[in-house]
Amino acid sequence: MTRPFLTIENLTVTHGRHPAVHHVSFALKPGGLMAVVGPNGAGKSSLLRAIAGLHKPAEGRVAGFAPGEIALLPQQAMLDRAFPLTCRDAVLFGLWGESGAFAATPKPERVETALDAVGLHGFARRPVGSLSAGQFQRVLFARLLLQDAPVILLDEPFNALDARTAADLLGVMRRWHGEGRTILAVLHDLDLVRREFPETLLLAREAVAVGATETVLSAENRLRARMMSEAWAEAAAPCEREAA
Amino acid sequence: MLHEALIAPFAEFGFLRRALVGCLAVSLSAPPLGVFLMLRRMSLTGDVLAHGILPGVALGFVVAGLWLPALALGGLLAGLVVALGAGALARATGGREDAALTGLYLTALAAGVTLISWRGSAVELTQLLFGSVLGVDDAALLLMGAAATATLLFLAFAWRPLILECFDPSFARAVGVRGSVWHLGLLALVVGNLVSALQAVGSLMAVGLMMLPAIAARHLAREVGGMVLAAVSIALGATVTGLLASYHLDLPSGPAIVLAAAAAWVMALVFGPVDGLLARHRPRRHLDG
Repeated sequence: MTRPFLTIENLTVTHGRHPAVHHVSFALKPGGLMAVVGPNGAGKSSLLRAIAGLHKPAEGRVAGFAPGEIALLPQQAMLDRAFPLTCRDAVLFGLWGESGAFAATPKPERVETALDAVGLHGFARRPVGSLSAGQFQRVLFARLLLQDAPVILLDEPFNALDARTAADLLGVMRRWHGEGRTILAVLHDLDLVRREFPETLLLAREAVAVGATETVLSAENRLRARMMSEAWAEAAAPCEREAA
Repeated sequence: MLHEALIAPFAEFGFLRRALVGCLAVSLSAPPLGVFLMLRRMSLTGDVLAHGILPGVALGFVVAGLWLPALALGGLLAGLVVALGAGALARATGGREDAALTGLYLTALAAGVTLISWRGSAVELTQLLFGSVLGVDDAALLLMGAAATATLLFLAFAWRPLILECFDPSFARAVGVRGSVWHLGLLALVVGNLVSALQAVGSLMAVGLMMLPAIAARHLAREVGGMVLAAVSIALGATVTGLLASYHLDLPSGPAIVLAAAAAWVMALVFGPVDGLLARHRPRRHLDG
């Protein structure tokens, strides 16, 4: 059995008729670790959501893994952080793929272990509404731990975190990488990308460059990405590009 | 004395017993729905649906008089149209669901009252809007029991999907939870509960038994399970208190029950441990670590 990986072929994701991700292709081998960087509005989150199956692509395809083999860390803004839920219950949702809606035997010890692993010992009964942004991010990482997926998508996993939280969660990601999981992460900190990620996709709606991080993040490529037009071209002609 | 005040009315009058049993059934099912509406930031939607069922109820009344099956069927259909229509209308006209809802419920209320006044008396209008304990016949009792049973069964299955869908909709979709199905089920049962409580507490007051215990419970518990328990307890208490007040003080049953629930809400608002007014303004000693 081959280990899960990621293949993106000619992927186009649109909001209405406007492309957020435009004819993007790349591949990530099993156990690969790739960063997705690019300016705001470059389509990074749209790309991740399309890969996770949350946004139906207008064109192209995503392959390499079965539906239950992928897990997504969403941006915090996508969640209702004031929802009356304990950390334990929030993390327990990570077992949904395993046990479905009607977990016959909740597994408290696995939740405790996951919370311990992200540095939240004793937080099981805390309401998520009382957590700081950093603690909340740790809870989402604990949920990912329980999901135990071979392909992991992280949307700005280390944004707005203090140095220690970021370092702790980076440690969790390194462990996943060491376990051979395939990881694709949207990031803004280019120094971090250079330090930790062997491969990078530079996205500006289209793939400006993809491959070895140092090559992709050349001054020339970054300039090209910055030139990406943020304009919302109402008068643009329909895209005529051949399906590759 | 106590027996005289609390037990005797129910022991003596069959209609009051029927109203009690029916309203207790609704008290078991409506408040949990209210809690989920509140958690989805849709507290006002219950109100809109309560107004939304009125034109259907009125049409049923015009066709068949105060005959429950016609009233219930009309109310159910109208409520479902408003529940589905509000979302569709908002999407079709560029968002602003609150604007679409407001337009719908004002129209529905005016249309309903006009229809009922056209063919009925002021007494019948009052009864349809605010309920009457005398109105709970066997058919109404069965309807309330059926709505409560359907609701509790639904919640047993929908509990975790609904919570997950509120908390993290993209995660819910990613693990295959069909959020819109559960959401529509929730709205359909809200309509069903409102219609079933029509005769006992009235179309405008039924939503009080659904929402007031729910928003009171927000101040009493920090988890969904605790909120639902608190809301159901409040509704049960309000039902008994309201019916007794209705009997002893000769008040319409619907408003009496809703006022009892409102009293519980005010108490929770002031004394509740979770974001209650006193709890917010009287700091307790903090812990050491």
